Amino acid sequence: MEEINALFQGFAVVLTPMNVGLMMVGIILGVLIGVLPGLGGANGVAILLPLTFTMSPTSAIIMLSCIYWGALFGGAITSILFNIPGEPWSVATTFDGYPMAQQGRAGEALAGAFTSSFVGALVAVVMITFLAPMVARFALKFGPPEYFAVYFLTFCSFIGMGKGSPFKILASMALGFALAAVGTDTMTGQLRLTFGWAELMRGFDFLIAVIGLFGIGEILLTMEEGLAFSGKSAKINPKVVIETWKKLPRYWLTYIRSSLIGIWMGITPGGATPASFMSYGIAKKMSRDGAKFGTGQLEGVVAPETAAHAAGTSALLPMLALGIPGSPTAAVLLGGLLIWGLQPGPLLFVEQKDFVWGLIASMYLGNLAGLIVVLTTVPLFASILRIPFSIIAPVIIVICAIGAYTVHGAMLDIYFMLLFGVVGYLFKKLDYPLAPMVLALVLGDKAEDSFRQAMLVSQGEVSIMWSNPLVGSITTLALILLFWPLISKALKKIRPGAPDELIEQQPVD
Amino acid sequence: MDQDLESGDGSPSVIAINVVDAVVAFIILAIGVVVVYSSVKLGSGWTSDGPGSGYFPFYIGLMLCLSGAVTLYQSLLGKQKDSDSFVDREQLKRVMAVLIPAGFYVVAVHVVGIYVASTLYIALFMIVLGKYSWIKSVLAAIAVNAVFFMMFEVWFKVPLYKGIYEPLSFLGY
Repeated sequence: MEEINALFQGFAVVLTPMNVGLMMVGIILGVLIGVLPGLGGANGVAILLPLTFTMSPTSAIIMLSCIYWGALFGGAITSILFNIPGEPWSVATTFDGYPMAQQGRAGEALAGAFTSSFVGALVAVVMITFLAPMVARFALKFGPPEYFAVYFLTFCSFIGMGKGSPFKILASMALGFALAAVGTDTMTGQLRLTFGWAELMRGFDFLIAVIGLFGIGEILLTMEEGLAFSGKSAKINPKVVIETWKKLPRYWLTYIRSSLIGIWMGITPGGATPASFMSYGIAKKMSRDGAKFGTGQLEGVVAPETAAHAAGTSALLPMLALGIPGSPTAAVLLGGLLIWGLQPGPLLFVEQKDFVWGLIASMYLGNLAGLIVVLTTVPLFASILRIPFSIIAPVIIVICAIGAYTVHGAMLDIYFMLLFGVVGYLFKKLDYPLAPMVLALVLGDKAEDSFRQAMLVSQGEVSIMWSNPLVGSITTLALILLFWPLISKALKKIRPGAPDELIEQQPVD
Repeated sequence: MDQDLESGDGSPSVIAINVVDAVVAFIILAIGVVVVYSSVKLGSGWTSDGPGSGYFPFYIGLMLCLSGAVTLYQSLLGKQKDSDSFVDREQLKRVMAVLIPAGFYVVAVHVVGIYVASTLYIALFMIVLGKYSWIKSVLAAIAVNAVFFMMFEVWFKVPLYKGIYEPLSFLGY
């Protein structure tokens, strides 16, 4: 099959000393970022993105995606040892991971978490290897109406499936769009919402928003509980690892189920966080030991970690093939692609074969290397958290400021970053989801452009959105998702069934 | 993240959730009005080549107004309004302990550039909040920033902001 050939060519691209070196650096940085609360996956990739301008795009994205895997692994370390999720998608891991650590079984929890992450990511990468070119060919049928329909679907699924008030989700999304609209209008060249302030001609960059919202905001939130981290110590020795590996095959069904959930959530814009919660909830309902979840069940760690990694990895597929990021971090990577001048979509697979298959090959290697790295360095990373917060916090803020500055070389961006930080703090506490805002910032301009182009073609007829089965089905699906809360309420009145608490538990982060 | 507002550590609440909710909703509503107004000025109808440049922002503004207004109503008059504590005094003190210095830091970056400002910021943070000795903090701060300087200016060749007064210009970068 041509995919396997292409994959091997990709391996050839990756296995150069420089790229392998960048991979290791990326993974270590990624784990560090995942471990430190305040520096998240999306945030960390955003800060390091401008540094990669001096590298070739292939090397750059290999390093960035390895940072991403590292962060996926690293988030579990603090969840289990300190009951502090280093990443939003590690929250579900704390439910059973921390109790396990409290019972002295931290090594088992960590080994279980890392191995499950590896399995989830591997399944997703295999899926990407074979599906990606197919999706890319399929994507060639997409014109402006189809693109807008997919963007529309993305946004609607957030409103329909998110927890909390749909109006807050709407507000968050609308704010993202409004911020995206600031600056020069791409189609007419007019200046919008700049109020005569020349500095705003550039518009708001999503990188600044991400660093502020997820970075500074997270630190402010962490500060509420005080400056202390008190964690359980962890020794991970080969015996514990092998013991755990012996126990894991028992959960093969959980693995399959969680991987599928993760892949689905990664491809549709849900991301790793909802995937982990959904997987935990479903595992709890369907497992034999479900009632014991929360007291230190290994399965309670396996389920969320597998799903989170499968989702995180599969989020890259729609990003590469369609230009639709499936998660906030994929959104940042998408931004990076655009900055390097690479246009995601089917042409990427044809014109930039080295890049795409190099990236996919690095996913295999990166995950394997990541697994080895984390298994060997857990005590090291755990000890970093013993560095008092009063040293780490200012350093993190300095790194964020540097990151914000390097995007455009504009001092004003650092001020904006601080502003976004306050916004992030307020929004998180008030249950305004941040992911819709980031998504709207990244995709806002493109969504608007495809809408206007579609309208140009149809001379103002909105019915172009149903002009062929592809577009029509996507648009209809989008509308169903948009009005899902109302639909499900109506369905419940007709058929009083089991309460849908699962939907309530899915925060969209 | 653990946001257990119910089990506060006994310190008095500064402000209730629904009040902050209302204020934020009002701000969103105000932003929405501004957006709608500018869009109308830009031309939010259909021109001969399709939607005017104010078309999209106009509806965004409307969405902002709608969601802001509804949330405002829900937070003040709704049945489920949450009068729990948004933040109590102890928590607010800690958050401000990071936020206010960060604010000064950003202004300092503007004036003296990233490296000098960061050195001052890390050192002062360690001295005041971490209660470290003067010498240790300054040394640590200088060390960290020296590393950053080497990393950015020399290795990656990414010039960082030197401030209005450029105190480090003697280094030749």
